[in-house]
Amino acid sequence: MAEQELAFTQEELDEIERIKAKFPTDKAATLRVLWVAQNKYGHVKPEVQNLVADTLEVPRSHVHGVASFYTQYYKEEMGKFVLDVCTCLSCQLCGGYEILHHLEDELGIKAGETTDDGLFSIQEVECLGACGYAPMLQVTNGVYANNLTKEKVDKLIENLRNGNLPEFESMVMRQNEKRKKAVS
Amino acid sequence: MIEDWKSYEPLLIPDIPNLHKIDVYEENDGYSALRTVLNDQEKWSRTDVTNEVKAANIRGRGGAGFNAGLKWSFMPEPDDRPRYLACNGDESEPGTFKDRNIFEFNPHIFIEGALIAAYAMSVDTIYVYIRGEYIDWVHILEQAVEEAYDRGYLGKDILGKGIDIDLHVTYGAGAYICGEETGMLESLEGKRGYPRVKPPFPAQKGLWGNPTTINNIETLANVPLVINNGAEWYQSIGAEGHNGPVLYGISGHVNKPGVYEYPAGMSVEDLIYEVAGGIRGGKKLKALIPGGTSTPVLRADQLEGVSMDSNSLRDAGSMMGTAGMVVMDEDTDMVDLLWRISHFFHHESCGQCTPCREGTGWLEKVLLKIKNGEGEIKDLDLLLDVTTQMEGRTICALADAAAWPVRHTINRFRDEFEARCKKSVHAVA
Repeated sequence: MAEQELAFTQEELDEIERIKAKFPTDKAATLRVLWVAQNKYGHVKPEVQNLVADTLEVPRSHVHGVASFYTQYYKEEMGKFVLDVCTCLSCQLCGGYEILHHLEDELGIKAGETTDDGLFSIQEVECLGACGYAPMLQVTNGVYANNLTKEKVDKLIENLRNGNLPEFESMVMRQNEKRKKAVS
Repeated sequence: MIEDWKSYEPLLIPDIPNLHKIDVYEENDGYSALRTVLNDQEKWSRTDVTNEVKAANIRGRGGAGFNAGLKWSFMPEPDDRPRYLACNGDESEPGTFKDRNIFEFNPHIFIEGALIAAYAMSVDTIYVYIRGEYIDWVHILEQAVEEAYDRGYLGKDILGKGIDIDLHVTYGAGAYICGEETGMLESLEGKRGYPRVKPPFPAQKGLWGNPTTINNIETLANVPLVINNGAEWYQSIGAEGHNGPVLYGISGHVNKPGVYEYPAGMSVEDLIYEVAGGIRGGKKLKALIPGGTSTPVLRADQLEGVSMDSNSLRDAGSMMGTAGMVVMDEDTDMVDLLWRISHFFHHESCGQCTPCREGTGWLEKVLLKIKNGEGEIKDLDLLLDVTTQMEGRTICALADAAAWPVRHTINRFRDEFEARCKKSVHAVA
């Protein structure tokens, strides 16, 4: 990708202005503008980091430092669907590694790799804050898929191949009876 | 010990459908605490609000358990500098998944609590920092914040009472260390989440060098309860020295995992066997991590009569932490478990301090060796030695948090670790 081709649209620049308005310095908007860039390009490779730096008028080294510090920024091109499988503590106890290995077998890749068709990447990740709904995974920094079984994983893969993302699942507290009825 | 918990009605997340909508929240006395304070600012001066919250002794729900009102009182007298409240919704401690319930089911009680805190500390800008993975919950909270602005609870001249407070929601991008309060401040400033050396403390020099207080989301959600009902009432809930409602996150090998709201000081046994439906598959309890990965694991035989409050857990040899309870059954492999915990801390060490950057790596490597059956008994003592080299020698508490599980898990399950080590090749005599 040639650097001169990279540019934010006017709409994106407007969004960046709204983000900047939240903070007293433009530098503070770095994380959020990296998100805008990743949502646009699907990654924040060095040329995208430079676009962010130049847009915010902050040093390129600063943006590189930030992009490389945070795990959710993709520093290389990833599959269309990135499956972040949690194997940390509660997920480990509840079969997170079985889910991870099942996915690896089904897709024929290892954690950290992308399928040849560019559809799926798998990553092993740290706690995602869904410990009561373990094992679980997150799809491309977005929706959570909870209480996984091998069957649920197979269904999820099939749905994703058809372009269907899972819907947000509300995990109502068990003691909230009225709320549960209202949701269902 | 709490006896009458079965009749407890949740206060932080009451069983009211659609409470996340501002109309429903208002119909259920929502924002009445804020109105009480702002309508009578003589009776409820900034100092009075702080003193009431201090008297209630809301123990910080982010893990440290510090009195929230006392923390507020550390803010210096207002001068010409901006003042900030930074709300910590990073929630990355393994075993912890409670604050997302507040965002999803009762966001306005948190917003109201943050507003009262901001009033008490003469804060003009509130930031809410949420972990990047919680993007769906970020959007839910943003919706609630927009409603609060529309109704005049946020912005200029709040409720026509001459108070201006803004609230901005923002989020991270994956880094446990941003839950450390000064790491979060760095991240809010758009930088790598490197914790800062203290002192100066955030109250003196926080966001962009200005006075800042950091509170956990659940902590702030308790504030309207205190204003509406008084510190004395709040003190009547829970355990001696640890009061109020608590969101218990129960996960691991239980039949009914999830988040439950009950008073502080619930019996561990009630929570595991009654609330969470007991151990899966009718198995026996082996161990419990009471409040997130950093809190020392307790063996089942150490749990008799123990309750979920700081005093009882301290006496038992652990800590309350975030009340994210991780339950392990009799088949749990403690060597595997501890290796995975050490992998987590190694991955999440920010790398600033050598004892942590190198120490967490050594802990993980040596534990991997033991897990793979390649370890020797002397490696256990090496691990314990490394923990003492890490503890208390770093800028923030991540090194301590990494060291404690290693020390306590080995000491409390030494047999299992020894059994996994190779036999000594040299004859002893």
